[in-house]
Amino acid sequence: MKRFAQLIQELELSNKTNDKIEALVTYFNEADERDKPYVIAMFTGKRPKRPITTTLIKQWAIELSGIPEWLFTESYHSVGDLSETIALVLPAAEHNIDKPLHRWITELAALQGKTDEEKKDYILNSWNSLATQERFIFNKLISGNFRIGVSNKMLVNAIAKQSEQDANKIMHSIMGKWQPQEITYQDLTAGAHVNTDNSWPYPFCLAYAIDTEPENLGATTDWQAEWKWDGIRGQIVKRNGELFIWSRGEELVTDQFPELHFLKEELPDGIVLDGEILAVKDGKVLSFSTLQQRLNRKTINKSQLDNAPIGFYTYDILEYEGKDIRTTVLAKRREILEKIINKLSTKSIVVLSPVIQFKNWQELAEIRERAREINSEGIMLKHMNSIFHAGRKRGDWWKWKINPYTVDTVMIYAQKGSGRRANFYTDYTFAVRDGEKLITIAKAYSGLTDKEIKEVNSFVNKNAMEKFGPVRTVKPELVFEIAFEGIAESKRHKAGLALRFPRIARWRKDKKADEINTLDDLRQLLDAASL
Amino acid sequence: MPLIQFTNKGIYCKQGDFYIDPWRPVDKAVITHGHADHAKWGNKSYLCHTLTKPILEERYGLYDNVETLTYNQQIDINGVKLSMFPAGHVIGSAQIRLEYKGEIVVVSGDYKTEYDGISTAFEPVKCHTFVSESTFGLPIYKWQPQQFIFENIDSWIADNHTKNKTSVLVAYSLGKAQRLIQNLKSDYPIFVHRTIAALNEAFKRAGVELPSTTQINPEIKKDELQKGIVIVPPALADSKWIKSLTNPAVGICSGWMAVRAGRRWRSADAGFALSDHADWPGLLNAIKATEAEKVMVTHGSTAIFSRYLNEIGIEAEEVKTQYGDEEAEEKIEASAEEKTTEKQI
Repeated sequence: MKRFAQLIQELELSNKTNDKIEALVTYFNEADERDKPYVIAMFTGKRPKRPITTTLIKQWAIELSGIPEWLFTESYHSVGDLSETIALVLPAAEHNIDKPLHRWITELAALQGKTDEEKKDYILNSWNSLATQERFIFNKLISGNFRIGVSNKMLVNAIAKQSEQDANKIMHSIMGKWQPQEITYQDLTAGAHVNTDNSWPYPFCLAYAIDTEPENLGATTDWQAEWKWDGIRGQIVKRNGELFIWSRGEELVTDQFPELHFLKEELPDGIVLDGEILAVKDGKVLSFSTLQQRLNRKTINKSQLDNAPIGFYTYDILEYEGKDIRTTVLAKRREILEKIINKLSTKSIVVLSPVIQFKNWQELAEIRERAREINSEGIMLKHMNSIFHAGRKRGDWWKWKINPYTVDTVMIYAQKGSGRRANFYTDYTFAVRDGEKLITIAKAYSGLTDKEIKEVNSFVNKNAMEKFGPVRTVKPELVFEIAFEGIAESKRHKAGLALRFPRIARWRKDKKADEINTLDDLRQLLDAASL
Repeated sequence: MPLIQFTNKGIYCKQGDFYIDPWRPVDKAVITHGHADHAKWGNKSYLCHTLTKPILEERYGLYDNVETLTYNQQIDINGVKLSMFPAGHVIGSAQIRLEYKGEIVVVSGDYKTEYDGISTAFEPVKCHTFVSESTFGLPIYKWQPQQFIFENIDSWIADNHTKNKTSVLVAYSLGKAQRLIQNLKSDYPIFVHRTIAALNEAFKRAGVELPSTTQINPEIKKDELQKGIVIVPPALADSKWIKSLTNPAVGICSGWMAVRAGRRWRSADAGFALSDHADWPGLLNAIKATEAEKVMVTHGSTAIFSRYLNEIGIEAEEVKTQYGDEEAEEKIEASAEEKTTEKQI
């Protein structure tokens, strides 16, 4: 496990993609063969069933370190990570065991079904045999939650480089169905398992935000314009009589969307569609907050189905008649797509995302201004001759989003961040004015530079008024402009409305707290938006 | 009347009419150590340890109005017996012991309990009231023995050499830098930033022995630096100058590096949890050794640490001070850095 601990340290200390890939390549060159599939599984979020609850682990750590529970909690707030907090507060290890990573993982898995006493014995013994960094890794293995800034794409690029194979092929392989205890690294990278697997999706083709005036893109006839939808990007796979729905997070979400299951009967085999899962009622796209009621649920009940029915707006086809057609040009793919969708006998659930007709860029700019009326975020521009790239690629696809709404607010609460930012107040709550009162309107934690965060941090330290656990109330003095994508009524929020995707646009050092927006300003915006 | 009061100017002893580490200008200031959040410019007169004087001379140009004491030496100020005991924090750092009509108060400034090989080792002093810092007053902070940390730093440097990287260590110019210079085992020449060189010279004039180092200057070639070890203060950690070096590898030496978030926040290539402050066990042991009836907890995890002390039966109270402002120390180094940039080292 020492080699793996070293990899984690290297990955965490570098913020350069090339260095991280280099560290991964070196790791895959040097590591124990049987460890490698487990590492890939962990980094891609394939987690085994948790053998022990967090509550028990925490309880044992507190017991062993001899500190009161509140002090453990304070420590956790300062560290920002439970596995690490436990690794740090425990007394120093008395022994030293070095076992390969896969042995630790297998032993932990074998704890399933054992008594709490047996589990405790094993965990305490392990803690007592590991140095701080390895203890931290061990705790992460228990939770199975290993997110350390390695994207699937980065991992795939590293494996491709190490095994001297095509990155797309590796992406297919690791996104397919496999179990780390059953497959060798060799077979996994060679894709031995994916041929028999019907489910595998393609890597999504992603667009960059347009960085120039559309006029500079050239002839309008070279471009296909579509609405940019504010839903969940999805891929629908139909092969050998089976239907699979993948979300952009590379998760299988087939069971979450029963509305789409009719495709199993109606869609021919050997087809993969790309599109957007949206909440749709009477042919109208609803807001993202409506769709949210349907996300990440294990079971869906009748009222959820009635309140937030979903639809699939499809805009691309990646596989046709069992053949990968991603290198066929967009214009041709669209033709095939239209043919397929028009043949469906169930209409109005799976529909073509319309192509926007426009004569010149000026006209398209005007059409774009109306995007919000149909709950769209703006326009997608796709080159007629573009292939379906794997991942993000500059030049062929652009997103041309409408400018966000903004509101001036004042910061009223601050909380320490987690992970990289655990020592700093980085999570802020913002308020607008409601008569004499301030009313909370949004929470945001991104959008400031490290330097600005340091400045805000020192303001919080000097101006904290009250303390609720990790939260500090601060003097309402710092004004921030918050950008957001939408506004909706909300019974859960005190303000009676909720902002969609709020983030800090900029710190308005030029403004004072009495110059911020009012709740009425936002209500007017809400009324205008729901017209 | 208590022997010390916390006022808006600093810790005040009315009986002796002097302040300890005042943050606003006063007539008579007693200084625990040379860091900028404890020793401020602008007081009428100063009393500090013999080895803190060279720091005040170097940084503030103070020569005439500074009186000094050695450790264990006692003087009388208006009936208050004042003496200094080693705090082990940096060279010259002292705990100030006050005694008046049988009541004893110790103001410890910043301290660490492990001997660092260069600052006189911390000595617990029995007292009724003990004023303690709490910079690392959380049970997550437990330092490795310094020998172990230096082995890690030395092997990191050796590894950088095999990879043709320039080893850059980031350390406060007062304290951490001298500690590194003293304890690094490798034979590579050490190049130091001018703020560090200036303090080293001042210490040498005062009789402190330090291994020899070279001040960084424009004449030194990049490949010479690559073959040595470069030490700079935090203000330079993200500077263009460092980026201009041959394959720079930056290692930050600070207690905050014990936590992953601390390491990643600074986006360094390596973090070494080498601190000049006491860790959690260090704080607790030091406090217990004083046998104090009351502990006043200043800068750091004041609320948490004092609550814990009370729970384990040691009466403690948190007090607001302006110490622990790491930016103050960085500002002094940064102003030196501006001058450096002009000269384009």
